[in-house]
Amino acid sequence: MSGTIVIAMQRNGELLTSSFEAITAARGVKEAGDTLAVVIVAADPQSLAGPLSVGGVDEVIAVRASDDFQPDLIEAVLDDLIGQRKPALILVPHGVDAWSFAPATAARNGLGFSTDVLALRREGGDLVATRAGYAEKVLMDIDFPGKETVLLTLRTNVFEPAAGQAQATVTELAAPSADIATKHEGWKPPADAGGIDIPGAEFILSIGRGVADEANVEQFLELADKMGATLGCSRPIADNGWLPKARQVGQSGRLAANCRLYVAMGVSGSVQHQWGMKHVENIVAVNTDPEASIFSIARYGIVGDMFEIAAELENHF
Amino acid sequence: MKILVPVKQIASLDDQFEMRDDGRDVDDDYFEKDLNEFDHFSVEQALLIKEAAGDGVEVVVAIVGDDDADDALRTVLAKGADRGIRVWDDALAGADGIVVAKILAKLVEREKPDMVFTGAQSTDFGSAATGMALAGILGWPHAAVVSHLDYTPGAPSATLRRELEGGLEEVMSIRCPAVLSIQLGINQPRYASLRGIKQAKQKQVDELSPDDLGLGEDDLRPASNVRRMYVPERGKAELITGTAAEQAARLAEIIKEIRGM
Repeated sequence: MSGTIVIAMQRNGELLTSSFEAITAARGVKEAGDTLAVVIVAADPQSLAGPLSVGGVDEVIAVRASDDFQPDLIEAVLDDLIGQRKPALILVPHGVDAWSFAPATAARNGLGFSTDVLALRREGGDLVATRAGYAEKVLMDIDFPGKETVLLTLRTNVFEPAAGQAQATVTELAAPSADIATKHEGWKPPADAGGIDIPGAEFILSIGRGVADEANVEQFLELADKMGATLGCSRPIADNGWLPKARQVGQSGRLAANCRLYVAMGVSGSVQHQWGMKHVENIVAVNTDPEASIFSIARYGIVGDMFEIAAELENHF
Repeated sequence: MKILVPVKQIASLDDQFEMRDDGRDVDDDYFEKDLNEFDHFSVEQALLIKEAAGDGVEVVVAIVGDDDADDALRTVLAKGADRGIRVWDDALAGADGIVVAKILAKLVEREKPDMVFTGAQSTDFGSAATGMALAGILGWPHAAVVSHLDYTPGAPSATLRRELEGGLEEVMSIRCPAVLSIQLGINQPRYASLRGIKQAKQKQVDELSPDDLGLGEDDLRPASNVRRMYVPERGKAELITGTAAEQAARLAEIIKEIRGM
């Protein structure tokens, strides 16, 4: 058992940045003499092989198939590679696509397995991964005794994307014959934002579950307006239809790409929400729960009632 | 026609908690237990299909957990699920998603459902593993993070949407039977009625052990081992204290300073 395989992910023929993050993670635990291979399944995998030849990649395994995401096909590719190459480690970005195929592959092949890993190291030769538990309140160091192959999915936006040209060999691999049970039928882009621009906003006031009732939402729209902020929200608010999806910040919503000041009121700070805003330089958290994970990434914290603070805040603008 | 919906009782922590003596988990005195949030949506999806079909659809809910997990099971039976199965043995105390998937695979063999719906992940550990691991073991068609579903009981295929990063969704058709993991927001989960809660007490719950399902010690070994669990060094926010008026005044100052107002 040796060598690491990274599964690079693409969407519509474009590589996802998380693929390069996984290469960095792989390089960090690579042992002397080990090889690092990156697998890419795409309609034109050769064209993606060059860009993937970075950061210590020894080989790009190019599998010519459709650009459509087909879990059955990626699983068949992985089953073959596990059988033939017996890799010690397989790394996959913990994106939505990986949710479909990584657990299936791990379970069927009896692999060592963990998901949403946010740190990876060697300790006396053992591979030790760190992941969070109990809604991010604790961390766990985990290992994989007796497992010859370990498959891990990696939290995105944690590892620096790999850079630096490598001289990878490109191996073209025929797509295995797999029974494909899914078919891509099209895309449904996010609903029209109606002028709401979370990615472009420099100042966002964001509300979460703490707002408790649809009738309470209006006052925060008014407050945001008065302060010159764009009103954002966490997922439950959009799921309930209290605010349009275009205002949702987080993994399945929007990235607050240009935000410099993010005031989060009644937002607990789930991983999915943090995905969209934790990079913001100035985060202010207002929450009645002092243990809410939002406080661990905030620059300023107010342990208090969002309605009281909002009512007082209004007097200053 | 039958839909199997595996659910989970999740543990959340009190504000103050302590680790177990072996340092590998939290002392379970500090747990508050509840039905996994995602499971409200997967159960609702099954109930909507049952109601649309009018008749002949059975919704069976399954849980792997000790006596405490009966609460979660009764919660979903009260919403309208027809029957429950609870699998437990003390040897399952360290079970992960892969082990639970092996148990569920045996239940699928036994129950022969037409579809399996799970939550996309659990809110305690967020592994997002169990449902798709089950599909991998069964060799069934599968899709994760389903945000919309068109399915008629008994149909050879379904059309669904998968919710991707950034709010983009993929429309996909899938052969059935299939295992689907259900995303938050796919529907508006109902609350149990008082009548439902009363009826739930009368509903059948089969209690099984891994042994009853033909699973041995080797099958119950998790895919990873916890060396230690700990509270991380967290970033520390500068706390703004005082009365609400004082806190708001300082917050206004910070906003104006950063905004250059």
